[in-house]
Amino acid sequence: MSVSLVYLDAATAAPLHPVARQALLAALEDGWADPGKLYTQARRARQLLDAARAATAETLGVRPDELSFTASGTAAAHAAVLGGLAGRRRAGRTLVHSAIEHSAVLHAAERHVADGGTATSVPVDRLGGLDPQAWAAAVGAPGVALAALIAASHEVGTLQPVAQAAAACADAGVPLYVDAAQAVGRVPVPAGWSVLTASAHKWGGPAGVGVLVVRKGTRWESPYPADEREAGRTPGALNLPAVVAAAASLRAVAAEAAAETARLTPLVDLIRARVAAQVPDVEVVGDPQSRLPHLVTFSCLYVDGEALLHALDRRGFAVSSGSSCTSSTLRPSHVLEAMGVLSHGNVRISLHRETSTADVERFLAELPGIVAELRAEAGVVGL
Amino acid sequence: MTVPDEVLDCRGQRCPLPVIAVARRLPELPVGTVVRVLADDPAAAVDIPAWCRMRGQEFVGTVTGPDGPAYDVRRQH
Repeated sequence: MSVSLVYLDAATAAPLHPVARQALLAALEDGWADPGKLYTQARRARQLLDAARAATAETLGVRPDELSFTASGTAAAHAAVLGGLAGRRRAGRTLVHSAIEHSAVLHAAERHVADGGTATSVPVDRLGGLDPQAWAAAVGAPGVALAALIAASHEVGTLQPVAQAAAACADAGVPLYVDAAQAVGRVPVPAGWSVLTASAHKWGGPAGVGVLVVRKGTRWESPYPADEREAGRTPGALNLPAVVAAAASLRAVAAEAAAETARLTPLVDLIRARVAAQVPDVEVVGDPQSRLPHLVTFSCLYVDGEALLHALDRRGFAVSSGSSCTSSTLRPSHVLEAMGVLSHGNVRISLHRETSTADVERFLAELPGIVAELRAEAGVVGL
Repeated sequence: MTVPDEVLDCRGQRCPLPVIAVARRLPELPVGTVVRVLADDPAAAVDIPAWCRMRGQEFVGTVTGPDGPAYDVRRQH
């Protein structure tokens, strides 16, 4: 018997928005030429690129010349960190970041440390919120070149105190980089940052398009060999049809964002309440109020995360997990570790514009039985 | 340094097995007993303290000795 598929992993990649699909097909027709050349086809490509940049910049509230497209959200994050550090190398060689940054930011930090720099990780509390005092102390220390803060946790959904962190950075004269991958197209990003990145497939655009914004006056220096494209910030030819589709999708989701927040927030509240009430020995993690509208994470005691993912997949549910057994490194999620919450049996649910109340109800109806079955198989009932 | 009353060797076991081992054994021992869990799965460093918090047992601390990382848990109730 086949089961209907319910996709609940939008925080990894949201399904392609219908507007993105239309724009992609149209741009494949007449957006294939190199926008840097001097002939008719190139001018058409240039028009498409300029329009995509203008629309994206408008949605993000920045100037078009501050915004570059990149080959992915990861590439944008790497460029933000390494370029922000390079531009301020005379000010110092320390990167300050929260303990719950995306691995793309942490891997860029590791590269910086391997090259002789230093990195300071700022802790979070049990709900996954940044410690503002520790942050202010860290960015106020001598020799800080750049500070990096995720706008909202990609693993547990907790919104970070970006405005407060930006104020501390401003007091210290340190530029702030905000990784807004989970926020853009869903919730407003507070002002005060100098560098921002986002990723199109998180908002229903195609994979392979990232956004890097560097505000005027920010000292940022490309970490790559010279290349004149994208204001010298991104090397190589862009996938222009995908960029056009990403821009169209962002415009559409930004217009829908308030309505989607109003629709998804109570669905996440429902999941938080019902999972806690109906699954024994479960820890629902992340801030219950100050959170993303579409994302919720919980851990089931004594349950193997990989077994849980497979069991859910067999019933048609696609979800993500921060458990060590589901990662290539066999390490638990550094986010759950930093929060000090249970890391095994972990499930992250992230909703999107196609998620219906019926989908959530079916998930909630089936989850307690699935967990109970796994616990019975493992002989851990009643522990 | 705490001297454990009993040692559970969970080396080579992946989480949640070390947590299950302590959850099985601790209630069989008198209140106040300290069990040391040897576990080389890095997730144990997160999950054993989290289990203690969820179950109201005391997480005494992490010990790193010749046998690798170990986690001391005291039965509180």
